[in-house]
Amino acid sequence: MIPGSFDYVVAHSVPEAVALLEQHGDEAKILAGGHSLIPLLRFRFASPSVLVDINRIADLEYLREASGTLRIGALTREATLDTSPLITTRYPILRDTSIMVADPVVRNWATVGGNIAHADPANDHPATMLALDASVVATGPSGERVIPIEEFFTDSAFETTLKPNELLTEIRVPSPSERSGGAYFKLERKVGDYAIAGVAAYIALDGKGLVTYAGIGLTNVGPHPIKAHDAGNSLLGKPLDDTAIHQAADLAAAAAQPNSDDRGPAEYKRGMVRTLCVRALRKALERATGGK
Amino acid sequence: MSKQHIRVTINGTVYEDDIEPRTLLVHWIRDGLHLTGTHIGCDTTSCGACTVIVDGKATKSCTMLAVQADGREVMTVEGLEQGGKLHPIQEGFHEMHALQCGYCTPGMMLTSIAFLGRNPHPSEQEIRVAISGNLCRCTGYVNIVKAVQYAAEKMASSEQVPVGAGQGGE
Ligand SMILES: Cc1cc2nc3c(=O)[nH]c(=O)nc-3n(C[C@H](O)[C@H](O)[C@H](O)COP(=O)(O)OP(=O)(O)OC[C@H]3O[C@@H](n4cnc5c(N)ncnc54)[C@H](O)[C@@H]3O)c2cc1C
Ligand code: FES
Ligand code: FES
Repeated sequence: MIPGSFDYVVAHSVPEAVALLEQHGDEAKILAGGHSLIPLLRFRFASPSVLVDINRIADLEYLREASGTLRIGALTREATLDTSPLITTRYPILRDTSIMVADPVVRNWATVGGNIAHADPANDHPATMLALDASVVATGPSGERVIPIEEFFTDSAFETTLKPNELLTEIRVPSPSERSGGAYFKLERKVGDYAIAGVAAYIALDGKGLVTYAGIGLTNVGPHPIKAHDAGNSLLGKPLDDTAIHQAADLAAAAAQPNSDDRGPAEYKRGMVRTLCVRALRKALERATGGK
Repeated sequence: MSKQHIRVTINGTVYEDDIEPRTLLVHWIRDGLHLTGTHIGCDTTSCGACTVIVDGKATKSCTMLAVQADGREVMTVEGLEQGGKLHPIQEGFHEMHALQCGYCTPGMMLTSIAFLGRNPHPSEQEIRVAISGNLCRCTGYVNIVKAVQYAAEKMASSEQVPVGAGQGGE
């Protein structure tokens, strides 16, 4: 299928991209990896009149860790997360996530920024970023602002609090403290499919093994990416034993708002959230206590 | 919506054209340049039949605009054979009976070449992951994996630099 007509402009820098967005307003769409946008154009679910291609802004592709923060340039490809030693050793939850996005050929172009900016509840990074309590940097005509990830998504699918003249330029993830760890588990029908359900969990423990932070995010079980607050809060101050893990998993299942569709009945998906949450928390604990 | 001028190197030859920005790379390659070895198997970016190598990266050409390829280097299946000699991956597919109808084969070979450029000594599991975005409806994949292993060995022993090696996947 062939997209409707549009004009195409290449932005060579962030200010140039922002200026183009200013100029064209609602009519323009950013083209990053294009692996969500081009399918939408082909099905004519989207019909922007201008595409602003940011693929040539080389300095939007980076991974930098400094002063307690990992900075991910918005244009960083999923394939980079798959293979980066920094990610594998320090942020394995991000690799758990990237290797579940689509397939390896798609991941050569698909970007982390696009995965989040698209705000598809079926996309995998939103749940992980919610679990990690990440934030994103929006760059507009008057400079940068930092948006906590929870305030970036809204109650509607495919909607964010980014303004039409803003570019998502960076994702910021807190560096792991001692005794912290996380994991992402996704159930899919086959390689390249969106999740039946997915659960991201991130925890931090104090010296006595009591939970000081717990974030749990859910994929594709509601109208928007979901942070399971009650589930995370239920763990605070406790040792992460089986009782606590199962209680949190029940609360995560309760926070899910799945629909019945081709990927299964709602109750099945809720059950899978419970199971995946148990697995993600156990793996997070293993990693927080020195495992891989 | 005006046409745009593009200049793309495909299999070492420079092609220039004026095209509508909405033209998909696969349509330009097939209908504009008549390089019909690159196939179209789906509408949903799922099958990988359209895979080509763009600047070293395996790319589903149904999900890239031709204008995005401006100034870039593309390799299609037509670029594999050199001077009447099959590329090791082609030889592998031939020797290992890795195709039946052949529809998926060009995409499979280009995905494999870009992969071997990054990982010249892969395990069987790594090969299976690497080709997981390319669907074959005939073979059951077993012989495709053997063909990639054949090519890996052949390329390692001849120290031939695989075409399409480079910055792919980073
Ligand atoms: C076959 C297939 C299977 C897939 N399976 C999965 C999956 O299992 N899990 C998953 O998470 N994803 C999946 N995807 C989606 C894929 O990961 C997308 O690439 C990703 O969601 C969007 O990233 P992109 O860089 O391609 O963005 P694009 O498609 O270029 O853009 C998507 C949207 O975000 C906007 N945008 C992009 N970047 C920015 C920015 N920097 N600032 C502001 N706005 C921006 C665009 O304007 C557009 O509206 C799949 C895609 C395909 C084709
Ligand atoms: S034609 Fe199926 S992925 Fe491109
Ligand atoms: S050989 Fe027929 S689809 Fe692969």
